[in-house]
Amino acid sequence: MSDNLVLEAKSVSKFFGTITALQNVDLHLNKGEVLGVVGDNGAGKSTLMKVLSGLYKPSEGSLFFDQEKVTLNSPRDSQNLGLEMVYQDLALAGNLPIGDNIFLGREPTRKVGPFNFLDHKKRKQLTEEHLSKLKINVKSADQKVEELSGGQRQAVAIARATAFNAKIVLMDEPTAALAVKEVGKVLDLILNLKKLGVSVIVISHRMDDIFTVCDRVMALFQGTNFAESELKNTSRDEVIGWIMGKKD
Amino acid sequence: MDHGEKRLMDKNQESLFVRLIPFFERYGILLLILIMIAVLHLLQPDVFLSWRNVTNIFKQVSWQSMLALGVFMVIVTAGIDLSVGSIIMLSLMGLAIASKAGMPWYVVMLVAPAIGFLCGMFNGIGITLLRMPHPFIMTLGTLYIFRGIGNLISGGVPITGFAEQIRVIGNGKIKLDVFFGEGAREYIPTSLILMIVIFFIFWVFLNHTRIGKWIYAIGGNPGAARAAGINVDRILIVVYTLCGFLAGIGGLILAGRTNSAYPNAGLQSELDAIAAVIIGGASFFGGRGTVLGVFAGVMIMGILRNGLNLMNVSVFWQQVLIGSIIILAVYIDVLRRQLATRT
Repeated sequence: MSDNLVLEAKSVSKFFGTITALQNVDLHLNKGEVLGVVGDNGAGKSTLMKVLSGLYKPSEGSLFFDQEKVTLNSPRDSQNLGLEMVYQDLALAGNLPIGDNIFLGREPTRKVGPFNFLDHKKRKQLTEEHLSKLKINVKSADQKVEELSGGQRQAVAIARATAFNAKIVLMDEPTAALAVKEVGKVLDLILNLKKLGVSVIVISHRMDDIFTVCDRVMALFQGTNFAESELKNTSRDEVIGWIMGKKD
Repeated sequence: MDHGEKRLMDKNQESLFVRLIPFFERYGILLLILIMIAVLHLLQPDVFLSWRNVTNIFKQVSWQSMLALGVFMVIVTAGIDLSVGSIIMLSLMGLAIASKAGMPWYVVMLVAPAIGFLCGMFNGIGITLLRMPHPFIMTLGTLYIFRGIGNLISGGVPITGFAEQIRVIGNGKIKLDVFFGEGAREYIPTSLILMIVIFFIFWVFLNHTRIGKWIYAIGGNPGAARAAGINVDRILIVVYTLCGFLAGIGGLILAGRTNSAYPNAGLQSELDAIAAVIIGGASFFGGRGTVLGVFAGVMIMGILRNGLNLMNVSVFWQQVLIGSIIILAVYIDVLRRQLATRT
């Protein structure tokens, strides 16, 4: 197991003034593993994700990427280490096509004399390759994001997060805003990432999500580690109990 | 014909209709221009399409189109620049004073774009670094400030008479003796060539460079742009600076055209610029619009004014008509979007 460890947080605490958001929280994630993080509102799930992605600095504790201790000063640092966050509000520009969104800020260019111009052909080709690798079906890479359904948008957000060989993807409530028939497609996509060797952390309130895609589930309660188990050794009722702070 | 067959045919007809929507979306406005030209040609067969009148239209729109192009980029970021009319006046006054002070013509020529550049940068810095709640407020402020400064440095009186080299930009003529024979009266205005070149450069900039793409992204969702690591404030400063720079170029063209800097130069031209951008199909909420659309919007305003003048329609009716066209153009856009989302 230890060779497979891609991400580890050791006794991480985060204080906001007198409020303790996280207290000595441990987390570890293996290569190609899908970890579910559950907990009630205010349990510290989102804070923990923001610490992992470098948006917040932990007050105490340390982070390890590929078993090496790191200090993250911004989300840029974690991106450079291969960690990408899929934001809950999706962070897509609806007026731009799918390909433009996936490569926003990292557009492929070609040099013409002293100038760098966008390489539209290459972007389209890379987009199509990437979408088909993730088995995401859309009419065309040139379709505008605002014309897509909620599930397709979520898929584009995930495609964006993984376009540059991310090793770890964090997802905050990836199915929360979706129609029922679209949830399955996003869950399939997460399983696809797993097959490609990407490690995923999923925050979700929906037990269906957790029990469809996760290998392991951990529960936070009032900012502390409350319980953790391989998925096969637990049940929905038990996990729901953890969220409410009940343990047998 | 059974029911299923009928439905199939409906679907086919609809898909033809749907396929036509993008065509109209892209070229509908050019169609409108062609219709306007045809109607005006029928009404004024001898005058409207004459060489002299057509070049007149282009000379008139050339300086206005610079303002519209700058304001267009600002509107794409979901911003607004109300100060361009004052920037054109201030840069014109600066040019006139430099000219009067006896500076060489090539320095004088640089003064107007340089002043525009600085004014635009001032707007951009105010909007981003001073965290003004909306660009409307910052540029409303500078609308007064820039015109005030223009009047302060000139003493509020017109300054006339510029060197011939300066006037070439706005008033120059490229003779077409080669085509029409020795001493022909047909010519192409220099300002038309300048306008085409500048529009082409900005078309390349907006469609084929990363910064251009980011300008659209900021208009679509500034949060997404930030999450993608784009320095939104820096891009906004670039956009407002370019907008001011283009207004400065407009000042240079106007200097050549009128051979004079006057206190009312560019008065309310910021509103004409916004109108042209909106008629050209850009969304006031940002992220949408094309350079070709801006060009079309400017031409529609120019052709309309020219045509109404030729037919001796009063200026007051022109105001009513232009206002109506703005509302109509946006309403057609609303309808079109409804159609597009319905399918």
